[in-house]
Amino acid sequence: MTDDLCDLTGSELAMKLDAGEIAATELVESSLARIEAVDDTVRAFLTRTPEVAQERAAELDAHRDTGAPQHAVAGIPLALKDVLSTMGIRTTCGSLILESYLPPYDCTAWARLSGHGSVLAGKTNCDEFAMGSSNENSAFGPVRNPWDLERVPGGSSGGSAAAVAAGEVVWALGTDTGGSVRQPASLCGVVGLKPTYGLVSRYGLIAFASSLDTVGTFTRSVRDAAVLLGAIAGKDPRDATSLDAPVPDYLDGIDAGVDRLRIGVVAEALGEGVEPGVRDAVRASIDRLAGIGAHVDDVSLPHAGHTLPAYYLIAPSEASSNLARYDGVRYGFRAAGGADSVEMMSLTRGQGFGPEVKRRIMLGTYALSAGYYEAYYGQAQKVRTLIIRDYEQAFERFDVLVSPTSPTTAFRIGERADDPLAMYLSDIFTIPANLAGVPAITVPCGFDQAGLPVGLQFTAPVLGEQVLFRAAAALERDLGLVLRPPILAGV
Amino acid sequence: MAVDIDIEHVARLARLALTDEEKERLREQLGLIIEYAAKVGEVAAEDVPPTAYAIPRANVYREDVPEPSLPQAEALANAPDQQDGRFKVPRIVEIEP
Repeated sequence: MTDDLCDLTGSELAMKLDAGEIAATELVESSLARIEAVDDTVRAFLTRTPEVAQERAAELDAHRDTGAPQHAVAGIPLALKDVLSTMGIRTTCGSLILESYLPPYDCTAWARLSGHGSVLAGKTNCDEFAMGSSNENSAFGPVRNPWDLERVPGGSSGGSAAAVAAGEVVWALGTDTGGSVRQPASLCGVVGLKPTYGLVSRYGLIAFASSLDTVGTFTRSVRDAAVLLGAIAGKDPRDATSLDAPVPDYLDGIDAGVDRLRIGVVAEALGEGVEPGVRDAVRASIDRLAGIGAHVDDVSLPHAGHTLPAYYLIAPSEASSNLARYDGVRYGFRAAGGADSVEMMSLTRGQGFGPEVKRRIMLGTYALSAGYYEAYYGQAQKVRTLIIRDYEQAFERFDVLVSPTSPTTAFRIGERADDPLAMYLSDIFTIPANLAGVPAITVPCGFDQAGLPVGLQFTAPVLGEQVLFRAAAALERDLGLVLRPPILAGV
Repeated sequence: MAVDIDIEHVARLARLALTDEEKERLREQLGLIIEYAAKVGEVAAEDVPPTAYAIPRANVYREDVPEPSLPQAEALANAPDQQDGRFKVPRIVEIEP
């Protein structure tokens, strides 16, 4: 079987575009045809934007004919998670409350990509307001995993992960508050990057938990993640939490390998609760890393057991505050029949939000309410300090840490839907990086007995993206996995 | 032990109209989640300072130069109801009979 254009990586396609071997219009048609072929089944997209994409591609081809150089993201088909604001293009957050919301401005990440000639194929499905680990909390129905249509793609950025895995787009953006890029990337067999907190502007990212929210990337190679990050990173005056740090060329040194690199294996992450198929693939990959020159040893994050409880106080607390804005006044759905404004707001929120969002608003409201603040939110913030110290100590001895990305491979749709705590455990290995603000990347590292992809997570210190890419690229190169989900057998 | 939560009170604070069935389910689920989350108290000692942002940023200033803001028509474009260039809502104050 030969690959279609949309199955190649962004880096390969940029070379073909540069050399004049293919046209941007040809590439966009390949992507749109794939969406037509598979998306009625996969359901990765909430809104498709074929006209926007075709128009942009035609402009790029006309521009290229003038001989002017183009950016590495120019012409490459992209999808955006539907929590990222796109001017005049419906942005729902997977919620009924924003079902017909048309943002009056673009988020900074998309504005930067668009400025470089990126081609938007559409907006992807996600758990409502990015709250979930399976994409089942979308008001518009679940996304299906291209590796097994009876299974979830992970979440919350499940649509972006599935779209990249199935070749509907070459790459995509998602958001990661507790693992919402890395966990679905792992379950769909693609590369998922959560950069350092504040490296990518949050302006126009519709807020879930502001101290944790991060824009991240889905790609089919580590190199593509480096290219895409380079295009969106950097200080933005519109986000006061964005970092004022220089943005390096992330491709610099990416092929340097792991010789003598100090890699710490997070001991707590290979114990109970990890599926045997995940453990085996992860252990084998760690052996491969040692085999190509890395110095591998165990490391402990002593407060790992307290990260999930801390997260489920901090994130819902911030969410309950951020989601107060959905009151049926300035935008979004308004319920009928409220006799006064307070009743109208309560009915609007009661009818407009789904079960998981209500659960987290209630949890956060309770944790912040008078008499409980110190015991819950205050204590959780102290745990956050302890987790940051754990990482600081670990990075005195190691350049990067590794662990499984998710304790399981893709689970069946419906399997955990009625047990919130079991669902929350999906993010046990990804949440620590959000609490500490450090960057992490997941790379496909093998398959379980059922043939479902397993991801290995690398974590680096704050602004350590370059060493992250270097280690991840070395593993990717050494494994040389072929990642072609079964759904593509028929296209 | 699962924590007992005054669901009516919390729902009122959150401005969420919930059905009886939702209240019952949330009472049970939140009780279990809070019991689990209370584990933070096991390690959060007196002398550990709290962290609000992992990478602290204080007082981010910019030049005090006026910039164009969202035009009124665009700000109103997504409103469920509007009148005379304003957001329209049901009555806010009590009316004496």
